Amino acid sequence: MKKFPIFVSQTPTLELMSQKVLLSEKEIHIILHRLACQLLESHLDFSNTVLIGLQPRGIFLAKRLAQILQEDYKVKDIALGFLDITFFRDDFRRDGKTLTANKTQIDFLIDSKKVVLIDDVLYTGRSIRAALTALQSFGRPEEIELLTLIDRRFSRHLPIQPNYRGRQVDVIDHEKVKVCWKEQDGEDTVYLIN
Amino acid sequence: MPNPNRQLSVKHLLGIKYLQETDIDLIFETADHFKEVINRPIKKVPSLRDITIANIFFENSTRTKLSFELAEKRLSADVLNFSASQSSVTKGETLIDTVNNILSMKVDMVVMRHPNPGAGVLLSKHINAAIINAGDGAHEHPTQALLDSYSIRERLGDVAGKKVVIVGDILHSRVALSNIYALKLQGAEVKVCGPKTLIPKHIESLGVSVETDLRKALNWCDVANMLRVQNERMDISYFPSTREYTQLYGVNMDLLNSLDKDIVIMHPGPINRGVEITSEVADSNQSIILNQVENGVAIRMAVIYLLASKIK
Repeated sequence: MKKFPIFVSQTPTLELMSQKVLLSEKEIHIILHRLACQLLESHLDFSNTVLIGLQPRGIFLAKRLAQILQEDYKVKDIALGFLDITFFRDDFRRDGKTLTANKTQIDFLIDSKKVVLIDDVLYTGRSIRAALTALQSFGRPEEIELLTLIDRRFSRHLPIQPNYRGRQVDVIDHEKVKVCWKEQDGEDTVYLIN
Repeated sequence: MPNPNRQLSVKHLLGIKYLQETDIDLIFETADHFKEVINRPIKKVPSLRDITIANIFFENSTRTKLSFELAEKRLSADVLNFSASQSSVTKGETLIDTVNNILSMKVDMVVMRHPNPGAGVLLSKHINAAIINAGDGAHEHPTQALLDSYSIRERLGDVAGKKVVIVGDILHSRVALSNIYALKLQGAEVKVCGPKTLIPKHIESLGVSVETDLRKALNWCDVANMLRVQNERMDISYFPSTREYTQLYGVNMDLLNSLDKDIVIMHPGPINRGVEITSEVADSNQSIILNQVENGVAIRMAVIYLLASKIK
């Protein structure tokens, strides 16, 4: 697979906050279909595969992929769950804030299944580390893969890499990548905010 | 999406009196998540692995103590258990000294039950640890009231607007007082029912009404919380005989079936079967007594988690 890394120029601007479109609605549409096809290629009929979206923002991507697989590629009975990692995070009591949780909804067993973890942005890798620990509470999966829409290169704190990535971007630390979804934010766009 | 930076308005859980409605909402939402956690194949989360909690019980307890201990262990906290009967308290040590000695072993949180009202408040002024009141005399038992309201919310969808009658020994009951505070805070209507001798004077000042006729009270309510007669706290006789109490204030299946609607029956335990409620009632579909016990663990996990996140 050929990748198209985006190199963001660091020209100083007078505005305090500026945002730049990293991915437009059309690009997201194409990428989602490519990711769905890549999943199909390695999981075929999904009979032994489960998709798990990470709360709070990964669930939109997981729902979209499940929808594309069902509607456009006629895959039946996709097991889709949502995992909240709040109680497994490693920054409890670090900055004096209370971490409030979201709903976990995994209505199936993951024992001996192939799990695809789905999140919107891969940054430090700490969320994924927490998710890997949290998943152990639901059984022993055969294998776990990782799918992310945006892979922020050079910013990992842990040795974690995605198996499927939508777009790899180089973003410096104080910049923020925001993924907007129609269901939640009214539009499908990925912004770079600095 | 809810504000992710919400937190409790208090550092300790000394009583419902000190809480705000938003605190109760936050505790209930967090308890929802923990209830899902304790129904997983592996019922444990690592959040509190660097927190040590001492359970200090100066009074007997089975349910509350087990429930707290389980909640602490499910959160991966280190747990110290202390019962007054086997300790230096019998040698004359004061409460503050006892607790300070325990705290010098680097304990972050104290769960305390004590026979004297206000023991938790006193402790909070003298020691530097988060305190959870697990019952102080006839004053408050906040986690019980929270799990009671949570169980009502689970069964009936909401607490606001519901009619709840608390039946029995109101005078000696910390469960009654905490429940009144909690239910009123969430917008429920509360009535107390029992023999005049077991209803404190001026209880109307808490915004509750008094009814001495059990049948009228039950016909009015959606939920009946049946309290135990606390013989161990009674210095004089408050009613002629247990038999007479049961006839006037006990709930049996005949009484329940003769009501206009199906009401929910609660009991904080331990039950005196055949006194305040019969076995049939306790084990009926209308009873949520065992749900209360299950919810107790989730509620206590939520309270401990939320208070621990405020420990510096």
